[in-house]
Amino acid sequence: MEGTLNLVGAGLIVIGAGLGIGRIGGSAMDAIARQPEASGKIQTAMLIAAALIEGIGFAALFAVK
Amino acid sequence: MVISNKALRFIIATFVICLPFISIANSEPATAAVEVNSEVKEVTNVSKEEVASEERAEFIQHHLKDSHDFHLFSYGKESGHEKHVGFPLPVILWDNGLQFFSSSKFEHGEAIAESNGNYYKISHHDGMIHKTDAAGLESEVKPLDLSITKSVVMILITALLMFLIFRNLGKSYAKNGGIATGIGRFFEPLVLYVRDEIAIPNIGEKHYKKYMSHLLTVFFFIWFLNMFGLTPLGVNVTGNIAITAALAIITYLITTFTANKNYWGHIFWMPGVPAPMKIILAPIEFLGTIIKPFSLMIRLYANMLAGHVVLMSIIALMYTFSSPIGSPLSFILAFVLSILEILVALLQAYIFTMLTALYFGAANEEHHHEEAH
Repeated sequence: MEGTLNLVGAGLIVIGAGLGIGRIGGSAMDAIARQPEASGKIQTAMLIAAALIEGIGFAALFAVK
Repeated sequence: MVISNKALRFIIATFVICLPFISIANSEPATAAVEVNSEVKEVTNVSKEEVASEERAEFIQHHLKDSHDFHLFSYGKESGHEKHVGFPLPVILWDNGLQFFSSSKFEHGEAIAESNGNYYKISHHDGMIHKTDAAGLESEVKPLDLSITKSVVMILITALLMFLIFRNLGKSYAKNGGIATGIGRFFEPLVLYVRDEIAIPNIGEKHYKKYMSHLLTVFFFIWFLNMFGLTPLGVNVTGNIAITAALAIITYLITTFTANKNYWGHIFWMPGVPAPMKIILAPIEFLGTIIKPFSLMIRLYANMLAGHVVLMSIIALMYTFSSPIGSPLSFILAFVLSILEILVALLQAYIFTMLTALYFGAANEEHHHEEAH
């Protein structure tokens, strides 16, 4: 029973991480569309933020494993 | 240089050209695994699919692990005696003195190796070398293993490759009046990118120079090893937590030992907040300094491992479907995913370098907001 709950928790975290990265990507698209000349800086910031969230997602997966 | 430049380039070019041939050879074990099922089915009652999927899972597991020999492919499984193609690597153990012998003594994990009266066996459970008695009864004792394994070989090859490429690039400036020649023309923009887009914006003009050697080494080391992981050599070096841990520990040590007093001030006595808050924040901030390199380690490891598992699983789907429609479809999927993995290989090297530079930058930040509090 405990194992199943762990899996559900990890699933929730992964859903959260996915939504978060999706939002970052979408917002970066918006920002680039508004200011194409700043696309380089926006991409860098987007990648860093996405990488940080991704780290949480992986940590959740490894905690279950 | 003893060897002329041209010969060296020829050797590297030959090595790269040979990679696709190994690829064709490397796909054979899986084919053999499927072919063997027809015979297994006649002998036992286990269904064909079950055996096949088990063999595929084993093949993927084998690919992800480090091993004591450089195994390229196997053939002849259906005729009873399997032949392995590859080359053995030296095994170095510390167990009542130094034990040094070739991994061919293990015969691909099947046999017991003997060295100076000690007996060793590669365990089927964890893939590590265990001590045994003469009859081959496995014990829990694991000698200290300092062997040159497959991962170590690939690290050495990458180090050599990087040394040759960047030494060449550095020397070509003097020879050619400040303009890079040969393969250096490809790598010079990347070096400049790491300097101008990663190091200077994150660390600052004043301090970036002393960190450049680490940032460049980490960037190209991770990128090269990620790319080697995509070749059919079957290496998975950056998908090994020990290697990413070593990289993260080096980053942690450099951050800790080059940090200025503002950095430590912000960790142990955060300016601008009430005193009780400072006491609460200190352990949290201190934990943060350890979590940062820890997340570097997990991110690179998990990304590369996940990429390999997904890619290998989709290649295995070709044999699961084994139909004229399904197999080409999964082939196309594997092809597209391989291209995506090339992007991920560069992206992960970039992110690791970028975050490392960010941490170095935080360790060197000047105290510039006196008026704010």
